[in-house]
Amino acid sequence: MAKRTGIEVSIAIAEAARQADVDVVSAYPITPQTHIVEHLAQLVADGDLDANYITVESEHTAMSACVGASAAGARVFTSTSSQGLALMNEIVYLASSLRTPVVMALANRALSGPISIWNDHSDVMNERDTGWICIFANNGQEAYDLTLMAFRIGEDKRVMLPVMINFDGFILTHVIEPIYMFDDDEIADFIPPYEPVIYLDTDNPITMGPVGVPDIYTEAKKQQEVAIRESRSVIDEVFDEFAGRYGRRYRAVETYKAEDAEIVLLAQGSVIEAAEAAVDVLRDQGKKVGAVELRLWRPFPFDDLREVLCGTSIKQVVVLDRCISFGGPIGPVLSEVRSALYLEKDKPMVVGVVAGLGGRDIHLEEYIEMFRIGEECLRTGKDAGEEPELVKIVGLRE
Amino acid sequence: MVEIRFHGRGGQGAVTSAELLAQAAIKEGKYAQAFPAFGAERRGAPVLAFTRISDEVIKLRIGIYQPDVVIVLDPSLVKAVPVVAGLKEGGLVVLNSKKGPGDWKKDLGREDVMVASVDATSIAMEELGVPITNVVMLGALLKAKPLVNLEPLEGFIAQRFPRIAGKEIKAFRRAYQETRVE
Amino acid sequence: MKLKEKPTWRELPFACCIPEPGNSVYYKTGDWKTLKPVVDKTKCIKCGTCWIFCPEYAYEEDEYGYFESNLEYCKGCGICARECPAQCITMEEEVVE
Ligand code: SF4
Ligand code: SF4
Repeated sequence: MAKRTGIEVSIAIAEAARQADVDVVSAYPITPQTHIVEHLAQLVADGDLDANYITVESEHTAMSACVGASAAGARVFTSTSSQGLALMNEIVYLASSLRTPVVMALANRALSGPISIWNDHSDVMNERDTGWICIFANNGQEAYDLTLMAFRIGEDKRVMLPVMINFDGFILTHVIEPIYMFDDDEIADFIPPYEPVIYLDTDNPITMGPVGVPDIYTEAKKQQEVAIRESRSVIDEVFDEFAGRYGRRYRAVETYKAEDAEIVLLAQGSVIEAAEAAVDVLRDQGKKVGAVELRLWRPFPFDDLREVLCGTSIKQVVVLDRCISFGGPIGPVLSEVRSALYLEKDKPMVVGVVAGLGGRDIHLEEYIEMFRIGEECLRTGKDAGEEPELVKIVGLRE
Repeated sequence: MVEIRFHGRGGQGAVTSAELLAQAAIKEGKYAQAFPAFGAERRGAPVLAFTRISDEVIKLRIGIYQPDVVIVLDPSLVKAVPVVAGLKEGGLVVLNSKKGPGDWKKDLGREDVMVASVDATSIAMEELGVPITNVVMLGALLKAKPLVNLEPLEGFIAQRFPRIAGKEIKAFRRAYQETRVE
Repeated sequence: MKLKEKPTWRELPFACCIPEPGNSVYYKTGDWKTLKPVVDKTKCIKCGTCWIFCPEYAYEEDEYGYFESNLEYCKGCGICARECPAQCITMEEEVVE
């Protein structure tokens, strides 16, 4: 039976890794870290988790150790944030191309500079094209549940890809809130022992990570692209099984009061709950508004998104980005949502706003302002920002 | 929903107060959040911690700007920090002070609010031997506003301070007795 | 089994790994050379330095402990001749009939 506990979200995520019975944890306590790896180090030291905790001298090595351990057939977990992930970047690509299903808990935070230890989505957007399965959690419960599911998804023989579970740094990692945690036995049943497809074995040697000459590289990348695309059916299967077992249903694209809405705010992560609160306020004023959450970031849920946004009551989408793509479309999520709808005939207008960078709180009135911007854009048919910028930064001091 | 803001100094355990309160509320089946003001923690610097308690799911995930309750763990903070900033009309201030609540109302310039005060530093020194007032001040809070039941909170206090559980609980109960509310 | 030289993306082994150990034997680098190493066994001290240094792993040890380069793989780089402590390896022109 699941037990409702008041627990820090970071500790709950670490407990999920323990319950998944990971073999190897490697992480580096760069600032800002979280209690996730601290708690796991404690569990290993106290003998409460039979795993190797590999201490390293940098995040680059942490990810290298993770990939190596996974290549040797171990179940591997790590956690990081912002600059730490940026330092891992080189090996993050290797994890996906070597098909090592490492699970990473990513406490989303801003990138320097100026130096910031606070929350936004700059770190994950920087890793967008690394070939990892990438899923967002909105609250502590989801972060715990999705960490458990990440092992099932990534390690599935039809997938064999690393998985990144995203949750907002500080806003979620440092909060104590009620979380339903499962018994260890239940999780042992849900997450069976890991069986690798290929692994480094001296009795049956193989080479992992060889040179891919120009005659090979393109085919290798195509294979990888197909793998992450095809992981979608397994993600849905695992979401289904989880819902069947435990009653909580996860979807690639989640909606809130969007069925008859004209204007929706589309976002990722913990802000979606506050957006829902803003929807409630505006609904009370008779406005037809809703919220849409892009939970699954990679593989991108094209069909799901089109189903929600196209040929429906929705006339206007306001995409809330928590990161800036400098000199580009400004909002990375904005540009992807727009491109996903490009060929659709009956599609809404899509405009973008940016807010909540580097730990700036987004107040309820600001969410309401975002809906107002949506209304305005729908009326004028223009982008949210003033020329030449496409997006409007909400909460900016002009 | 009740929003509570704790003012303390780094190392005094304001975050622990916020967490214990939330844990007790969650144990009673309520929804609650506890979190520190996010930043780099330094010993001695003024710090903030927050607790939200509600009968419904809490969707707000930002700092508390308009609290219902303010708790001040260290008497010297009142001079250094605008502790009643944003405090809702008719809200509650819980102070660690030898001075009575009536005097404080005038000093704070907020005749509209309820004030509770207790000499938490003396209680902490007598019962614990150190001027750490986080648990003591929870006793004062519950006297002024019974947000949670005493027993589950005492359970979490004992869990958090296993070696000095008896002393902490005694200090907590003393504060509950000695707090004056006006 | 020799892997296809230009597999389709479906034929490419999983994760672009090389599932067959030691398949570099199929890759004959012997025809790259203009000079070939010749070992003077009267001076050879059987130290194996040539075997260690050869980038193509061309040296093979015979039953008497002497080392000889397999010319199907020797690419003629001359590293062995330079490293041999007894200086008993000379690089000579390979005569192709
Ligand atoms: S010449 Fe180069 S390739 Fe040939 S045997 Fe000597 S070291 Fe090896
Ligand atoms: S390096 Fe020279 S001496 Fe040593 S084994 Fe090779 S040929 Fe003989």
